[in-house]
Amino acid sequence: MIKPRKRMGYDGVVVAAPASTPYERYSTETAHWWIAKALRQSIKAAGLTPRDIDGFSVASFSLFPDTAVGLTQHLGLVPRWLDHIPQGGASGPSALRRAARAVQCGDASVVACVAGDTNHVDSFRRMLSSFSRFAQDASYPYGSGGPNACFALLTDYYMREFGVSREDFGRICVTQRDNALRNENAVMKKPLTMDAYLAGREISDPITLFDCVMPVAGAEAFLVMREEDAVAAGIPYAHISATIERHNAFPEDPIQMRGGWAMDIEEFYGMAGHGPESVDLLQTYDDYPVIVMMQMEDLGFCAKGEAARFIADKDLTVSGDFPHNTSGGQLSAGQAGAAGGFIGLVEAIRQVTGTAGATQVANAKRALVSGFGVINYDRGVCTSAALLEGAS
Amino acid sequence: MEALKEKLANPVELLSSALLSGGVEVVDLTHTLDPDFPVIVLPPEFGQCARFRMEEISSYDHRGPAWKWNTFTCSEHTGTHFDAPIHWISGKDLPNNTVDSIPPEHFVGSVVVIDCSEGSAQDDDFELTPEIIAAWEAEHGRIPPASWVFMRTDWSKRSGAAYLNMRDDGPHSPGPTPEAIKFLIDERGIRGFGTETVGTDAGQGAHYTPPYPAHFYLHGAGKYGLQCMCNLDQLPATGAMIFCAPLKIKGGTGSPLRVLALVPKGGR
Amino acid sequence: MVTPLQKPPKKNPQLRTRVPTLPSHYRSRSALFMAAAAAEGRFMLQVCAEPDCESVQYPARDACACCLSDRLVWQDVSPRGNLIATSTVRTSTNTYFRERTPWRLGTVHLDIGPSVMCHLHSELVVGDEVQLINRLDKSGQSVLLALPLERAQLQEDDMQLRELTCDPKFRRILITDARNPNAYALAKSLLEAGATTVFVGEAESWRPYPDRAKLESLQGVELVSLDVTDTSSVQELAGEFGGKVDILINNARFVRPGGIQGRGDVGFAMDEMQVNYFGMMRLAQAFAPAMTGRSADGVNSAVAWVNVLSVYSLVNNPGFGSFSASNAAAHSLSQCLRAEMAASGVRVVNVYCGPTEDEWHQPLPPPKVPAGTLARELVKALQAGLEDVYVGDIAKDIRRKFMESPKVLEKEMTSLETL
Repeated sequence: MIKPRKRMGYDGVVVAAPASTPYERYSTETAHWWIAKALRQSIKAAGLTPRDIDGFSVASFSLFPDTAVGLTQHLGLVPRWLDHIPQGGASGPSALRRAARAVQCGDASVVACVAGDTNHVDSFRRMLSSFSRFAQDASYPYGSGGPNACFALLTDYYMREFGVSREDFGRICVTQRDNALRNENAVMKKPLTMDAYLAGREISDPITLFDCVMPVAGAEAFLVMREEDAVAAGIPYAHISATIERHNAFPEDPIQMRGGWAMDIEEFYGMAGHGPESVDLLQTYDDYPVIVMMQMEDLGFCAKGEAARFIADKDLTVSGDFPHNTSGGQLSAGQAGAAGGFIGLVEAIRQVTGTAGATQVANAKRALVSGFGVINYDRGVCTSAALLEGAS
Repeated sequence: MEALKEKLANPVELLSSALLSGGVEVVDLTHTLDPDFPVIVLPPEFGQCARFRMEEISSYDHRGPAWKWNTFTCSEHTGTHFDAPIHWISGKDLPNNTVDSIPPEHFVGSVVVIDCSEGSAQDDDFELTPEIIAAWEAEHGRIPPASWVFMRTDWSKRSGAAYLNMRDDGPHSPGPTPEAIKFLIDERGIRGFGTETVGTDAGQGAHYTPPYPAHFYLHGAGKYGLQCMCNLDQLPATGAMIFCAPLKIKGGTGSPLRVLALVPKGGR
Repeated sequence: MVTPLQKPPKKNPQLRTRVPTLPSHYRSRSALFMAAAAAEGRFMLQVCAEPDCESVQYPARDACACCLSDRLVWQDVSPRGNLIATSTVRTSTNTYFRERTPWRLGTVHLDIGPSVMCHLHSELVVGDEVQLINRLDKSGQSVLLALPLERAQLQEDDMQLRELTCDPKFRRILITDARNPNAYALAKSLLEAGATTVFVGEAESWRPYPDRAKLESLQGVELVSLDVTDTSSVQELAGEFGGKVDILINNARFVRPGGIQGRGDVGFAMDEMQVNYFGMMRLAQAFAPAMTGRSADGVNSAVAWVNVLSVYSLVNNPGFGSFSASNAAAHSLSQCLRAEMAASGVRVVNVYCGPTEDEWHQPLPPPKVPAGTLARELVKALQAGLEDVYVGDIAKDIRRKFMESPKVLEKEMTSLETL
């Protein structure tokens, strides 16, 4: 057994230039188009040109037959460091921590991290049927409900195990909608009441319409660079206090009720030098509310099974005592494919740099961003998290 | 006048005229080749008579856009058919014993019809005996040499299971006794023998001595058989002639064929 | 609770027949081993062959998720487990399921380790002890379905289970050869299993056969004219009844002893091919279009095409060498038929039968398959939803040896002592 060494911090490396495209329900454009749009916005925000970008990290499901490699030529980039992150909902923090080490070690000076996907009328169905080998072999043939059905089973189990009700999930969805109404890029524009949530159309019991994300087209981007360069550019930036990533944690659990965060939480907060109580806002990966609860538990905000009771005492809105998914998250802003793994991180950068505009949480200094991705078969395989702290 | 005389002197011209004027009628003694028409059934460990089968080659379609044609298969002894001497072991070494070597004039000739329909209606195993032949001759005169002799039973009017009339002890249908067939050959010098049943022998012909006497004696004597015929009730007892040319199959033992009879008007 | 299956009303001629759609058929090659097991109704998973590991894998893998060994062996394993979560899919991205919602699925934690997603029998609720069955779905691929440990009332009426089976209940069946000594037993078993009508094809009605009266006396049997060696006869029957055949049982068979030298001609060989091989092809050309068009036609949808083959279609038995060869041809053709019918979901079931109790196998020593056994096994296979069925001790023995090594089996069958 080889013991893990104490990890180095991310001294001298910062994250900056958050960029988001407006989301569209259906698009006739390609992933390349959406990615270019977010990338251009991010580079421009930093006062740079595409030729300044010497590191490039991409997350996308709908680039086929291209990868990050094809994108360099397509977009005219000449990076000396290239990454492709196939982690779906976990891709944000995972892209960040890789880019940060590259910059810290000098392998790259400026890494543009971008995630985006298009959404053609038929692309969601097509993606589901060939999502992964295990999904193709062992989950898609069972009703072809896609992630709805997989998460329905987890939700069913979680509700029974911990006595959680649909109203408990509803609180998450309703408050996120409140937040989304402040975000002009969000696809959901109307308020959501608890009654409307509970009356939502049945999708895959116990999951109903408002537990599900809306697949959309869109892209998100940010830059990772040396602090001195950010200072020279005169742009707002945030420090990276800690990151973790874990895949296929707890394979022996018969059904998923915890994620990889639970394996690495001590190290995570140890690296940051503070615990969850010092976090000003939380951005969870929210493809379904049950996963939000798992993250709150596994990231130490409450004990396992206690999330429903934890949030019952909290106000999760932008102006509340526990601001959560301040841009509305995917549940209300939409899930732009792999950009769903970036939305929380990009919003967190804005929050801790005081540039969030209408969704700005007052005095936000520290944000915890969590990612969860890839229902390879019966559960999400990838988990990641990052703690950001605004530069004072 | 000369021309008319000449014409009258040419019997073929006379026949043509008679056919044209209706003085001579053509009677078709042939069953349609139909996949479901019964054939002789032998013990299953023996080789069997192939049924008539037809497969389309094309029908104005992708297999041939402007034409329709079929492939058919059957035994030499399927449907209304001709038996050559080589068909039976008794005739295996005779000269000209195959359908391709039989002199063609043997396929055209006079026919006499012995009506056994009443007896066959009474008795499925009705036998044509020398006595019946004698009675027939008493009425119609002696059977001319080189004639075809047809045994009319109206069996062709039967269909389905009644045709073979198969029971646990084999088929039951009328036919000649060994003595009758021997008499026709030895004493009357017939050319061939024809029936409406599935063979020239009776259904129970295996139990005579020799077994299948019609086959044994006819073919042993270089005579021919015709079977599975129909419309024998449209022939006169005497005075008709038949055309019965089998396909010219190399070494063939028989062949399905069209049997046509020429019957003088009112002679039916 | 199982909703009892209702006898379907007469077809409304003004409604369009529902076009067949399928569940997803995409699978990895490794997962096809589960389909192979499902074809015989076996519940098999991969087990790591490393002695210090032996962990059970699911889904199908190419290396052990415990020790990375590639020595994963497909084994019959316990299908029992606990139903720990359920869901009912109300909306699906796949048309097949969309047309059949609500569709229940669940997570079963197997006693042997892995958790699996599976279809659910309607009787089951969370917390139940269950047993899984591995079956082929309409796409021809393996799926798992959880059943109660104790047989439920009207268990086979369950809609999700019935989608995986070819249950004769309320279905109309064509048996192609009334003269085959197994025809009576087949018709009787199918009627007892709830078949609405059993049409029995009769060739050469001018030729009597022993069981005709018995067959006619069965309530629900209708004798129809059919000779599989006669294209026009097959086409005529298909024209009249093709749209009413939900299960076709091709039991027509021509069998004679002998191989190559002893026979000295190709006469019987041609008859064998005409019946056993071309017969299947004629039937398929005539009946398959109507059947494949009706494979989603409600309670009595067209569901199965059954070929009664000799197990010597897998390896030649020189004592019946030419017959074996004709069956090998038929077997190969059945695979083509499977491929051609795959898009409709009509299952091609092959029944591999050992020597049968009949006149052609009379001098052979036992064991031989009586008609009643064949009928019983065939009906059971339809009810269970199997694709490959081996009937009789000899067939089962040949199957085992064939799976182990076709070449060794060939050596055994063609050694000097065989003839």
